[in-house]
Amino acid sequence: MDKMEALDKVLEEYGKVPGSLITILQKTQDIFGYIPKDVINHISQATKVKPAKIYGVATFYSQFRLEPIGKYLIMMCQGTACHVNGSDEIAREVSEYLGIEDGQTTEDGIFTINNVACLGCCSLAPVMMVRSAEGDETFGNLTKEKVVEILEEIRSREA
Amino acid sequence: MKVIVGQGSCGIATGAKKTVAALEKAIYENRLNIKVGTTGCIGTCYLEPIVDVYDDDGKLTRYVKVDEEKAAKIVEEHIKGGKPIEEFAISSEDEQFLEKQTRIVLRNCGKIDPENIEEYGQYEAARKVLTSMRREQVIEVIKESGLRGRGGAGFPTWFKWNAALEQPSKEKYIVCNADEGDPGAFMDRSVLEGDPHSVLEGMIIGGFAIGACEGIIYCRAEYPLAIKRLEIAMAQAREKGYLGKNLFGSGWDFDIRIKAGAGAFVCGEETALIASLEGERGMPRLKPPFPAAKGYWQKPTNINNVETFANVPWIMVNGGKAFAQMGLGPSKGTKVFALAGKIKKGGLVEVPMGLPLENVIFDIGGGIKNDAQFKAVQMGGPSGGCVPGELIDTKVTYEDINKTGAIVGSGGMIVMDETTCMVDMARYFLEFTRKESCGKCVYCRIGTMRMLEILERITAGEGQDGDIEKLEELAYKVKEGSLCGLGQTAPNPVLTTLKYFRNEYEDHIYRKKCTAHSCQALVKYEITDKCVGCSLCSKKCPVNAISGKVKEQFTIDQNLCIKCGKCMLGCKFDAITKE
Repeated sequence: MDKMEALDKVLEEYGKVPGSLITILQKTQDIFGYIPKDVINHISQATKVKPAKIYGVATFYSQFRLEPIGKYLIMMCQGTACHVNGSDEIAREVSEYLGIEDGQTTEDGIFTINNVACLGCCSLAPVMMVRSAEGDETFGNLTKEKVVEILEEIRSREA
Repeated sequence: MKVIVGQGSCGIATGAKKTVAALEKAIYENRLNIKVGTTGCIGTCYLEPIVDVYDDDGKLTRYVKVDEEKAAKIVEEHIKGGKPIEEFAISSEDEQFLEKQTRIVLRNCGKIDPENIEEYGQYEAARKVLTSMRREQVIEVIKESGLRGRGGAGFPTWFKWNAALEQPSKEKYIVCNADEGDPGAFMDRSVLEGDPHSVLEGMIIGGFAIGACEGIIYCRAEYPLAIKRLEIAMAQAREKGYLGKNLFGSGWDFDIRIKAGAGAFVCGEETALIASLEGERGMPRLKPPFPAAKGYWQKPTNINNVETFANVPWIMVNGGKAFAQMGLGPSKGTKVFALAGKIKKGGLVEVPMGLPLENVIFDIGGGIKNDAQFKAVQMGGPSGGCVPGELIDTKVTYEDINKTGAIVGSGGMIVMDETTCMVDMARYFLEFTRKESCGKCVYCRIGTMRMLEILERITAGEGQDGDIEKLEELAYKVKEGSLCGLGQTAPNPVLTTLKYFRNEYEDHIYRKKCTAHSCQALVKYEITDKCVGCSLCSKKCPVNAISGKVKEQFTIDQNLCIKCGKCMLGCKFDAITKE
């Protein structure tokens, strides 16, 4: 199904239900991978909520992205346990290896790094989650060597 | 014979899925007819993946850290051969981790299959309430139990329920706050993943007590597995008639739905959560009116946390008295703590309130990783504070922990050793609250920013005389000038570290030293006379700051050094020190 058609189905179901804006935005992001700006206008027309307000909600919550992301979303946990166990160093290693910073996507469109709040796997700190079309995979007890191995493995899969 | 694998998020993260696949493959190859079952988080996260094998006589052998190779052997020797493998099984010392706990909230976690309602039971507590009790009686039992909100503030649950019941409205809501945003706490996730029915049943009882028409679970989007298992549990409960129309023949209709949060720490605050439920930006508003009078869509609304609801069915079955017998003073019952950080045995620990911190950290948690020196334990996340080593005999009750300047909060316990810099810890939490401030109150929005800037300066080695005083002044103003709990508590990590570790701040500012060797800008790498001149470090250095002649002692040019530490990691002769 066309992406816009899928969105229209969502809008048909939730467009008139009060208080559904966050749900609509979540489903929009599921469909497009992010929330494209022109789609905000489209949602506005269907829901009669002003684009500025939709934009306001979309930028308030950390889950929503207004830019497209790579095939693999690398979520670096920034929780307390991870911090205490050296997540900063791990994050630096990932940034250095991929040549991008938090929030950026590699030129080949394969990786995006996203620093996230606690993933809730604190006893395995430091932790990261890799999200792709195949689902979510969490990696714990990370070391500098281990993250590079994981990223290399994904790279070779994509090559 | 029964084989069960712990598959909470942490189990899966350590490779439980691979273990399951290996078990299934070996079972298939050995032509055995056994299904590998699932359970939630067992709580001993440091031993994952865990495989429980029940013999036909019900005897349990718990295998820990089971990789694919071990899995195949277990099938071969134990399941097929009938001989348990002692060396793979949990040690008696590790068994103590669970045996020393009192599990009420976690009573089913790691025991039952969370996706199978038959293993949970028949909602006996809800049945009893709906078929034989009046609303006031239910609240009376909760009052007798002394149950207080487990999400952070510790407000008496019965009082909130009663306030909602007294509202005349026909349309009322009961909300489960499953937006576990406190970094370092993961008990709500484990309960939702491991025992979702206990939360649903707790909500049914609470919903009945206040006369609600609908229940809503506001769950973090970061917990996909929890949402999936809740959905399965709700569908099963509906099929059984525990949710929907005319529950247990009482004539009362009640159903529950899930609303996924979108990532905002401030939504743990009740009024912000309600705004978010209504599809708005999650910004708190002035109280009163309290949600009990005007909440979701301006209707009376009661909000409790996951752990609070999970206690409710147990209390209804065992009575308020039995619950109140546990605990100390006005802190009744048990509390689940998420033990993590520099701890030997990280995981979930449920103990009666009133147990000293020492018992939790050393007796159950096994002490500090690598037998390092215990420095402090951070409790209550960004709203809490650090309890220093000398206060280790503090009892875990709402009152005693508050006295130290920290809070029980949702139950995160991050243990720290001497390599953790307390100034950096304060900076870390301020960075978090600064980012999560909704921006409504000036002091929270700008005050936390200014505090963070000062802390960043101090940890970068650029602290100035007067910084500590400025931090203190700002801290009290942010507390006073903020509307909701986020701003009112945001300075706590700074205030507690200043209270107990002021010398570390002074070391950073006046002596340009980080005694924990954690602040990069303040450490200095040097090569000692142990150096044999192998030149490996100079090759590892990304900025060519190391030079020397082969077979002679090398030196680091401190002006060029970026303090990445790669030289030290690479050195095979232990010749590089960090000061």
